[in-house]
Amino acid sequence: MEIPYTVSNRPDTGLWNAKIGIWLFLASEVMLFGGLFSAYIFLRIDSPPGMWPHGLLNVPVGTMNTAILIMSSVTVVLAWASLKMRRYRAYWWYMLATISCGIIFLTVKLAYEWPQKFDHFGVYIKTEALGKYEQYLGNEYAAEKGLPPRLEITGHLHNRAAQKDPNIKEYEVALDPLNADPTNPAMDRPHFWPRPATEKIATIEKEDVQYATMFEPRHSAYFASYFTITGLHGLHVLGGVLVFIYMWLPVSKRLYQRNPEHLANRVEVCGLFWHFVDLVWIFVFPLFYLL
Amino acid sequence: MDISTSVDTHHEPHAHDEAHEHHELGFWRKYIFSTDHKVIGIQYGLCGLSFLFLGFCLMMLMRWQLAYPGQALPVIGKWLPQIFGPGSMPDGKMTPDFYNSLGAMHGTIMIFAGVVPLAFAAFGNFVVPLQIGAPDMTFPKVNAASFWAFGVGGVIMLISFFVPGGPAKSGWTSYTPLADIADTGPGHNPVFNGQTLWLIGFIFLITSSLLGAINFITTIIQLRAKGLTWMRLPFFVWAQFVTAFLLVLAFPPLEAAIIMQLMDRVAHTSFFLPVGLVVNGVPAYISGGGSPLLWQHLFWFLGHPEVYVLILPAFGIVAEILANNSRKPLWGYKSLVFSVLVIGFLSFIVWAHHMWMTGMGSAVSAFFQTTTLLISIPSVIILSAFFISLWGGSIRFTVPMLFATAFLPMFGIGGLTGIPLAFNSADLYLHDTYYIIAHFHYIVAPGTIFGLFAGIYYWFPKATGRKMNDFWGKVHFWPTLICMNAIFLPMFLQGMVGMHRRWYDGGQGWTLANAHTVWGLTGFEWNKPISWAAWIMGLAQIPFIINFFWSIRHGEKVNDNPWEATTLEWTAPSPPPHGNFLTPSVAYRGPYEYSLPGRERDFTMQNEPVEPAERTRRKAPEELVPA
Amino acid sequence: MVGAILLAFTGITVALSYVHFGTQKANIAVAMLVATLKAGLVAAIFMHLAAEKRLIYRILIFTGFFVLGMFWLILFAWYDYPIFR
Repeated sequence: MEIPYTVSNRPDTGLWNAKIGIWLFLASEVMLFGGLFSAYIFLRIDSPPGMWPHGLLNVPVGTMNTAILIMSSVTVVLAWASLKMRRYRAYWWYMLATISCGIIFLTVKLAYEWPQKFDHFGVYIKTEALGKYEQYLGNEYAAEKGLPPRLEITGHLHNRAAQKDPNIKEYEVALDPLNADPTNPAMDRPHFWPRPATEKIATIEKEDVQYATMFEPRHSAYFASYFTITGLHGLHVLGGVLVFIYMWLPVSKRLYQRNPEHLANRVEVCGLFWHFVDLVWIFVFPLFYLL
Repeated sequence: MDISTSVDTHHEPHAHDEAHEHHELGFWRKYIFSTDHKVIGIQYGLCGLSFLFLGFCLMMLMRWQLAYPGQALPVIGKWLPQIFGPGSMPDGKMTPDFYNSLGAMHGTIMIFAGVVPLAFAAFGNFVVPLQIGAPDMTFPKVNAASFWAFGVGGVIMLISFFVPGGPAKSGWTSYTPLADIADTGPGHNPVFNGQTLWLIGFIFLITSSLLGAINFITTIIQLRAKGLTWMRLPFFVWAQFVTAFLLVLAFPPLEAAIIMQLMDRVAHTSFFLPVGLVVNGVPAYISGGGSPLLWQHLFWFLGHPEVYVLILPAFGIVAEILANNSRKPLWGYKSLVFSVLVIGFLSFIVWAHHMWMTGMGSAVSAFFQTTTLLISIPSVIILSAFFISLWGGSIRFTVPMLFATAFLPMFGIGGLTGIPLAFNSADLYLHDTYYIIAHFHYIVAPGTIFGLFAGIYYWFPKATGRKMNDFWGKVHFWPTLICMNAIFLPMFLQGMVGMHRRWYDGGQGWTLANAHTVWGLTGFEWNKPISWAAWIMGLAQIPFIINFFWSIRHGEKVNDNPWEATTLEWTAPSPPPHGNFLTPSVAYRGPYEYSLPGRERDFTMQNEPVEPAERTRRKAPEELVPA
Repeated sequence: MVGAILLAFTGITVALSYVHFGTQKANIAVAMLVATLKAGLVAAIFMHLAAEKRLIYRILIFTGFFVLGMFWLILFAWYDYPIFR
């Protein structure tokens, strides 16, 4: 006996099997990302003032990536519609567009955004030493203006060896604009366009340092959640891309010829997954990049 | 995991030109990488039973340490260090770390590699499609994938026993910050250490359960046979349905938390590590900003629905067996269904009763106390309905019935002893004592596991065409029942006297455990009789193991319906062929039509058509299933 | 087309993030509102949820209830813990 309702609808529910299956799977994914988002919420509300960074991520690039993902959602719907209208050629091109958008998204993230972060350095100064580095932090100015305190000096680390070598007693950092000119009102809030590190070098004694790392997951609760959520999201994008590639290869043409509705259903089901991935990103983008 | 990929186009059962073809599968596709729900069910069953046995052995080792702390384990104590490494039991004497490992792995393996695969995946996979008249699950390949994910996860858990540092030792609950920093440092591999492997293995186990649960829900919704309406479903199917929903929605937050703990351990993040953490006297060089309580909330968000996952399938099995062996319909079918749905719903909003000691404010704990007490109501309804179902029945004590009837008072004790724990005031004293251990073990051990034994004896004829031996079944039952009570009843007393959980020396060095006597023995002294009962219970399982394997080949051959049961699985041949039924099933009546008046046999199967005479003489068949 | 609307909303999200609505909490609330709107569009139109069957709605409503319940209940308990800051 064959398994019924794989393509046709069961009368009392009006649905075919995989539709229910994928929505159940998406429900579990909602709970999964919900768990991660709850971590973001609770770690953020717990962070003392000045300890949750703003403006460290590249907003234009993030915006572009968001647009790419939205575009890919559009193209996957068009691909499915083409299949339903039995236009295989159009389906093939739309699916290619979707796959390309997915690959571009991943490339931008993994080959540009993340490595950029790993290259950036941040030093949290010990509370007792904050006064010593006032010229870079500008805490008096911040207090006057009602801004949150600044506890970190960021920029490009010139003497990389200092991280591993206990004999080197200080870090040489080419400062970010905020630390190079902390009392400048233009530095009060993050800008849309990212500002590169300046040429101004600061020397920070290791004994004044509370915690120093590159911008990696271990740097702060912020980066921990950022890399974990975008990493898991990226894995989901990768999974989706791989499945789409499989549906785009010639083997799918054979299924199309045998049972086109079945292929259309499969594309619909994977499209649902893809839209969900897009949905998660719609929430990730403002929470991490903008706020 | 993609539901709709198919590399091998041979075995798409839904392709329209495949209806008449039946390829002969090779050994590997037929028995190892099968997509047939029955084979997968048996695979889950055998693996689940093996892990249950392993978990049991771990417990028997622990009981030695509790009864005779610091003493060398005779005979096997010499070669255990050969297996588990020199850090485990040098000279046969257990180290504290190894004791903790045994405790953590006993819990993890029993729950996630033993009971859940057996109760949910094995029984569900084998029985549910048969009971609803379906040819297989809706997603057979996903089903196979879920079994193999379970296999991989189980193997990783086993590997963790043999890595430097030993297996996970931070409790099955893996509370942070301890779990974040355990198994790190010199002598430990950065990835191949007990705790990290535990986390990775767990991800596979969770994935397996998620895939399986999605399959179950879709199958039950979509593949019910003609005429099998929701209110004609056997209660077992309802129970598995709700269990599957619990798994789908409750497991992922734990998966998220496990990913975060993995990041903490491998990428040195601080999801669960607060600022100012000091480890071994040195301030930890971490970013801080994390929260250990976040782990607890996310863990118990799964943890509580998980315990309902453990019990609901057993409820389902017991329901079937009680109806069958009392030869009358289940009392209160509608209440049972309603109760199980309410339990499923409420189980998501009670979790913080595992966290009374964490310092929640009174408003939040009032909420959780209320929901916890509320959830006891449907449980009581279900148990009462089972008891009442026996009233006036022609009870025959087959081996499944022995286990099913024993389940009732055992679960009753377990459930009722949970009521004090719903109050954070009482729990202040009882938390982390042996009272808790006794409470939950009563529910899972003489509770769920008795249900599972009952199910094995009951459905063995369907799977093999042979019955297990009755005499040895009784030899298995009676000592097990007596020993279960001998083990866990005194634990309540130990707990009330103040003995704490997870004490490596069994309380030998703790004043409270030695100060008061209860029923003649101090808390610590009770460890000895409890341990002996545990070891005797281990011996009592041997007849079961032998019976099980021997009966596969040499058991008494029986017909398709040896128990004279009414549900649809008994209309299929034993064992059912690929595709299950020789003709499509149609259900005409409810699932428990036993002892219908005016009939020669005392049972009427679900697929027996309703005669017009029957209709006019009494109420319509639908109403014969009591409300 | 819906895609164009979504892209426009993305631009709005970014622009709005530079407007200051008083407190940080208000900023977050506005951004989440816009995000929910966008997500709603994706769900309703791209995922065809607006035309979906009852069963799917039921599954999603339970999911939504439980995930929000998870957030809210943990949040209610959160401020009672002074130690783990």
